Amino acid sequence: MDHDTSFTNQTFKTVGTRVNRPDGVDKVTGRARYGADATAPGQLVGLFLRSPHAHAKITKLDVSKAEKIKGVKAVITSADLPDRFGGKGGQYDTLVNCMARDRVLYDGHAVAAVAAIDHATARKALKAIKVSYEVLPHVTDVDEAMAPGAPVVNENVFTSGMDPRPTKPSNVSRISTFGHGDVDVGFAEADVIIEKSFKTEQTHQGYIEPHACLASVGPDGSADLWVTTQGHFTFRTMCSALLGMDMAKLKVTSSEIGGGFGGKTHVWVEPIALALSRKANRPVKVVMTRDEVFRATGPTCSTSMDIKIGAKRDGTITAAQSILRYQNGAFPATWAMMGAMTSFACYDLKNCKSVGYDVLCNRPKVAAYRAPSAPMAAFGVESVVDMVAAEIGMDPVEFRIKNAAKEGTRASYGPTYGPIGIGPTLEAVKNHPHMKAPLGPNQGRGMACGFWFNFGGQTCVDINIGTDGTINLTLGTVDVGGARASMSLICAEELGIPYEQVKANVADTSTLGHNDTTEGSRGTFSSGMATIFAAREAITELKSRAAKMWGIPVEAVEWSEGSATAVGDEHSNLADLSLAEIAAASPGTGGPIAGHNEVVADGAGVSFASHICDVEVDPETGGTKVLRYTVVQDAGKAIHPDYVEGQFQGGAAQGIGWALNEEYIYGDDGRLQNAGFLDYRIPVCSDLPFIDTEILEIPNPNHPYGIRGVGETSIVPPLAAIGNAVSNAAGVRMDHVPMSPPRILKALDDAGQ
Amino acid sequence: MSSVHVSTTINGDPVEFACPADESLLDSLRDRVGLTGSKEGCGTGDCGACSITLNGRLVCSCLVLGAEANGQEIGTVEGLHANGELHPLQQQFINNAALQCGICTPGFLVAAKALLDRNPDPDEEEIRYALAGNLCRCTGYDKIVRAVQAAAKQMRK
Repeated sequence: MDHDTSFTNQTFKTVGTRVNRPDGVDKVTGRARYGADATAPGQLVGLFLRSPHAHAKITKLDVSKAEKIKGVKAVITSADLPDRFGGKGGQYDTLVNCMARDRVLYDGHAVAAVAAIDHATARKALKAIKVSYEVLPHVTDVDEAMAPGAPVVNENVFTSGMDPRPTKPSNVSRISTFGHGDVDVGFAEADVIIEKSFKTEQTHQGYIEPHACLASVGPDGSADLWVTTQGHFTFRTMCSALLGMDMAKLKVTSSEIGGGFGGKTHVWVEPIALALSRKANRPVKVVMTRDEVFRATGPTCSTSMDIKIGAKRDGTITAAQSILRYQNGAFPATWAMMGAMTSFACYDLKNCKSVGYDVLCNRPKVAAYRAPSAPMAAFGVESVVDMVAAEIGMDPVEFRIKNAAKEGTRASYGPTYGPIGIGPTLEAVKNHPHMKAPLGPNQGRGMACGFWFNFGGQTCVDINIGTDGTINLTLGTVDVGGARASMSLICAEELGIPYEQVKANVADTSTLGHNDTTEGSRGTFSSGMATIFAAREAITELKSRAAKMWGIPVEAVEWSEGSATAVGDEHSNLADLSLAEIAAASPGTGGPIAGHNEVVADGAGVSFASHICDVEVDPETGGTKVLRYTVVQDAGKAIHPDYVEGQFQGGAAQGIGWALNEEYIYGDDGRLQNAGFLDYRIPVCSDLPFIDTEILEIPNPNHPYGIRGVGETSIVPPLAAIGNAVSNAAGVRMDHVPMSPPRILKALDDAGQ
Repeated sequence: MSSVHVSTTINGDPVEFACPADESLLDSLRDRVGLTGSKEGCGTGDCGACSITLNGRLVCSCLVLGAEANGQEIGTVEGLHANGELHPLQQQFINNAALQCGICTPGFLVAAKALLDRNPDPDEEEIRYALAGNLCRCTGYDKIVRAVQAAAKQMRK
């Protein structure tokens, strides 16, 4: 990249300070408007009819009685949603997931939707819709779905990655292989080999705000969509493609978002809300219930895996192999592929092999969940790493340090690393007081490492300078956790002005160029990069205007500390011109002053973390209490340390819930049995201790400020760190997440304790 | 279903609305009165995002009927700040970065105020148990507990 990558000895004035976020007051007073907080004149209530079956053929679907109910303004079935994709491909899958066509593929799959004048009428209409099902055999377990004779979830899916192409459809949609060297040779060289199988159950992102939107389509085909989303530009692309609308005529506005963690990267009810509005000629508001969120949005995979690692007595890993089976829900995806890519990314390995099997089941379509696919693989790998260290009698931290990847290491998934943080996070763990604190009876300590790729992507930023010198910073990445504060800090830093002089806004899709979804920890990295370049463009213009005001060549103007300075002895009589002074004069010097940047932000630096956890396991109940938790992670450069810490703590807390308690429980009938926060219990305040954090800053050479994404890596180590801690506390190796009380009691029982 | 006429007091102001007999108070507040600060995260009393006070008692407004508000005193997040000044809890939530997405924040503020109203000097465990009915998925609760501690200290001065 031809960007300025000189960060050595880079000092910052504004970046790195703990300012108050600009959206704080709105969010503590109730003024902030989320997905369900918008209204439009004449709006209707949109509700969905959903399948009670895991797998069934729709033999009859009659909406005529519902349509005749007074106050019902539109009823939508798949008959209202023509296939524009030839019956195949990702967009067709999205269409089918939004509304079942001939078959329902999971409990909760949408069958029809209604728009009516109020809730009571809409509910009445749902009851009046007649559906007949021919129930088909179903499968919800990933290993059972791969077994011979398993019910075929999707007859159009043939395993890709096989040569020759299979002749029969399969639940295995894809096989992906990564690695280098020869693992057979490596295992032959090993003094110790540990091989073990693991399982993890399906979890949900558990954002507190259900999906919600307000759709309004006019008779001329122009439309507005107000929606809680991580990517309003992506939603525009998806919705316009599914419904055959012109992209420019669909304005998508992202509301404040009440949590996403990957689950709001994809459309679920939004295209149907637009279709209802188009048919009814009225605005339609759709707000999912929590039950619908659990059953019919995009949780993460359940998994099953076999991990094998061999090492010499001196602690050198000679070979490592992971066989990963990831349940993707009812539609093909590449989650096992990503798991296979991440599984050994922390280590410098001579011989490694990872194989990912992406598998269909009669469960909801899997979506991203914070570093998607990495936590499960890390659970298996980091557990076996601990077991190998124990077998050769080496301290688990020293063992990891000895094998840690470093600059120049060929990563297990292909590329060669630049400067990375795995070694430094491990050294920080080794020296952390937490590692030396005493433990009591039934208590155990565990640690584990995690990796995430991070992402950059398409980004577009505008800076507009008002005549009073205040700045409108217009962003297109959704603010999921304090991005407006971080981007304002970066803008202020670059322009050399106070943070308070910048007002950041997230633009709708008609106001700014395309921005990829806020995913892959890309927000601060990519919008930060575009903000820097946009500010530099604005500075170029500010210098040109100052030159004009002074009547000197622009080459004689420099920018520093928020002001233009005329350089050279011949200009020593010219007093500096501040940004505000130049802005005030702008109507007479060429009009508004702006800076703009569009970029494909390449070079997102990879991210590593190491976590330490202390737990106490009650041998009577099998209950586990997290006593102490420490996160060490490389941030590249922490723009706003409070919100970096917040990402570390939030990811750890989600990981703790996943490790100990959260899981989708399906009955033999294929129905989800715990679709609510009472029975799907996420960690509450009294479950957790304070979560200590240590931010390391190993600059990313591909970003002008050295930024790496920080949002996702923090959920990768917890499953394994807690697994190692619980195993140390209980004296039995845990191999199934969540490590709920019944599973811990069973493990103790099986071990005869 | 015919509507029920409700006369109530919200954040000190007299308010009247009509709602169906089976409508939750949360829906009445949001859809009839226009106070959308209280949020629905679950509709079953599990997440606390809709926390309000009913005659000073902390309740989930999704578990109360709108009709039950007749003649009662309701407090919502919109009533926390007065005379243009943020409540110490609101200010400390901002100062301590105790919110990320912010959807749970109104419920936490109402619940934390209910705690500090009856116990001005809670220890960490009391804070954690008092807030255990409010789900936050972003923060891991760390900075929320610290913000409540800071607000309690400020309010005791």
